[in-house]
Amino acid sequence: MFFGGLAAISDVSFEIKKGKILGLIGPNGAGKTTLFNVVNGFYKPTRGEVLLNHEKISGRRPHEICRLGIARTFQVVKPLQRMSVLDNVIASAFLRVKGRAQAEELALETIAFTGLLDDRDLISRGLPLGKRKKLEIARALATRPELLLLDESFAGLNPRELDESIEIIKKIKERGITIMIIEHHMKVIMSISDRIVVLNYGEKIAEGTPLEIADNPLVVEAYLGEEKGA
Amino acid sequence: MRRHIPLIVLTIAALLPFAGFSTYVMHILILVFIWTTIGMAWNLLGGYCGQVSFGHAAYFGVGAYTAGILYAKLGMSPWWGIPFSIVIVGIFALILGFIVLRLRGPFFALATLASGEVMRITAENLVGFTGGSLGIMVQERTWVGKLWYYYIILLIASATYFLVKKLIESKLGYYFVAIREDQDAAESLGINTTFYKTIALCLSGTITGIAGAFYTNYMGYIDPNVVFALHDISIIAIMIVMVGGVATYLGPFVGAIIMVVLAEFIRSLPGLGTAYQTLFGILLIVIVIYLPNGIVGDFPKLSRVLSRMVRTSR
Amino acid sequence: MVKLEVFLQTLIQGFLMGGLYALIGLGMTLIMGVMKIINLAHGELMMVAMYVAYWMFVLFHIDPYLSVFIATPLLFFLGIAIQKFLINPVLKVDSILPENQVILTVGVGMVLANLATIFFTSDYRSTPVGYATKAWYLSDYWKTSPIELSLSVPWTVSFVFAVFITTALWFFLAKTDTGKSIRATAQDPDAALLMGVNVKLMRVVTFGIGSGLVGAAGCLFIPIYYLYPALGGQFTLIAFVITILGGLGSTVGAIIGGLILGVFESLTSTYVGMGWAPVGRFVIFVACLIFLPGGVASLLRKKRFGR
Repeated sequence: MFFGGLAAISDVSFEIKKGKILGLIGPNGAGKTTLFNVVNGFYKPTRGEVLLNHEKISGRRPHEICRLGIARTFQVVKPLQRMSVLDNVIASAFLRVKGRAQAEELALETIAFTGLLDDRDLISRGLPLGKRKKLEIARALATRPELLLLDESFAGLNPRELDESIEIIKKIKERGITIMIIEHHMKVIMSISDRIVVLNYGEKIAEGTPLEIADNPLVVEAYLGEEKGA
Repeated sequence: MRRHIPLIVLTIAALLPFAGFSTYVMHILILVFIWTTIGMAWNLLGGYCGQVSFGHAAYFGVGAYTAGILYAKLGMSPWWGIPFSIVIVGIFALILGFIVLRLRGPFFALATLASGEVMRITAENLVGFTGGSLGIMVQERTWVGKLWYYYIILLIASATYFLVKKLIESKLGYYFVAIREDQDAAESLGINTTFYKTIALCLSGTITGIAGAFYTNYMGYIDPNVVFALHDISIIAIMIVMVGGVATYLGPFVGAIIMVVLAEFIRSLPGLGTAYQTLFGILLIVIVIYLPNGIVGDFPKLSRVLSRMVRTSR
Repeated sequence: MVKLEVFLQTLIQGFLMGGLYALIGLGMTLIMGVMKIINLAHGELMMVAMYVAYWMFVLFHIDPYLSVFIATPLLFFLGIAIQKFLINPVLKVDSILPENQVILTVGVGMVLANLATIFFTSDYRSTPVGYATKAWYLSDYWKTSPIELSLSVPWTVSFVFAVFITTALWFFLAKTDTGKSIRATAQDPDAALLMGVNVKLMRVVTFGIGSGLVGAAGCLFIPIYYLYPALGGQFTLIAFVITILGGLGSTVGAIIGGLILGVFESLTSTYVGMGWAPVGRFVIFVACLIFLPGGVASLLRKKRFGR
């Protein structure tokens, strides 16, 4: 993926198995969010393709890709600020259901799933960070995705919120939804991922199970000088 | 109680002509409802969908000239302009939208400003087609009195009100606001932002065009500098919504009343007449800084300020 | 031969005009680049400067070119005042409509234009300086020239002044500390802040400089043009076209953009007709926004990086 003369990502290839959780890690600036942007459709890959269930989706617009089953959250959360929590999720629920009543039903169910039911009438811009991150997830879930891209959903959360979010992720996996997650929180990512891909300077430097990755000298070296998370 | 306000307003409006007002007052009322229509249309695209158009005069003018040209070139009654403008302005809006909707934020605003001005100059230069700067004059007046004109524009304005309300309460409304609040997030949630922005623009433009066609019939004379005017149409459309209430149903109505009455009041003061653009400019600046969401939009803030003023003056 | 003569004369005219246009565009590209503010009252500021020059001429017989030294500082302070008392407050306001700041400048422009109409009436004014109609003719210097070309004195002098001011500006931005601080603020305000640049002050100064530049342009324009209150609009548009054409924040881009626009307009007015000139500007404007949003500057940047 080239920007101007600079390759943000080059030669990154991997597969995600259905129903599994893939962790994407790497130092800051490694190209992780760029990768998400390519999968999600915000960028068209300069070279290479993205396939969903063996069907090519790269080059399509984000809303089409969402319709095909990939939903994402943003690293810097993007709530629909002047809308309430409920309205935020209703807006995304309309993708799959017709009619306001059904959209509201799906939205309420999703909100309950992510533990935001009591906050449903609060205006989203006034929410604390932890709840906003949950809202991002709820919104993405309401589009009934096959693949969920989570971009640093755990950053900045306190321990209690972390546990709650991990529970939510586990429940999402139980529903059969595949998850790809970018995270800096090592403990979290090691504990929930089935497989991990490591990026550095836009290239894939390692891939494997959490145990394999933890032992990989290249990975350790890439993180040298960086805090290994909590 | 609050839910019934629109119906109450409509009933009062429908009964107003029986109060025996002078033709001048009826003229003011008609202007109010023309501007209410334009304001509600602009609000759909700007207030709800977040695409701030500085060139709504383009749609108004195309609608006005549709009626005018049908009359001047095809000998038809200019009232045909209203149904015809739905199609013609609709297509025009589609084409224009295709060009400008790919631009974001301030660049969209500038491009729409450009389009309004381009239409004005085009109308001036295509003398054979539009009569150029001389404009088009409708010789036959359908009715001598204002009564039927009033009811027609009242009908158009109320229809617009109910249409906008219905739309915003539906999926479209959620999508529009989502686009306004965060276009990238909306896109990621499966919302085809280009498609919905285009719908908003076409609806907004077409309704404005209908108001333009009505204008031709009511005033009986149009020319490029009147119907494609930047300051007198496009900017006023923005001001009406800003003063009245951005993204509210009745905001444009309130704004139209204030702006029309204010304009007439200023014009009637001797010597102050030429200064009305200065005063409007100052009003615009004040509103933008202190009450950007309009009277209806910023009502809580406004009532707080007013009650504080009342308290301190006691 | 006549055809060649007309063509060359048109080019010369366009070039001279382009130099002046560039000056108008420079102010705006600086403001837009550094502050990301769209000033729809830019042309009105120029109009104010032109009235200053006009009255200096009528009341005190000061040549418009000298008024550059009067109007520029005046506009500089006017710009700062607008920035401090109007634009800054607006940026802090929370509103549903996203383009509040643009709307504000529309209001400012309306007030300025209307005040001018009230105080000075909408009569057309001009400064009939002695050299207004003088020109240098090619045949005076090259006796056997097959074609006749002329360089109008006021056009050329204005052009030279414009080049001078542009060069001074470039020097200021490239070599002085303040200039570099301004460029830093344009590129990355957060980084600039961390490096000790007073970003707030730079923004204010930039608006002042941008206004001052357009004020100077006004003084250079009045010997050539005529003046009336509604003049502002077309120059605001010209400034925008040049800014977008040249690339936001790029001084070199503004210069090239100005020259391109000047020549383009000259060609269209000779070969197509004067009435359509504004349409031509708009078309370039929108086409640029869509097809070349980075302007000429982005083309130059691509060349430098070889892609």
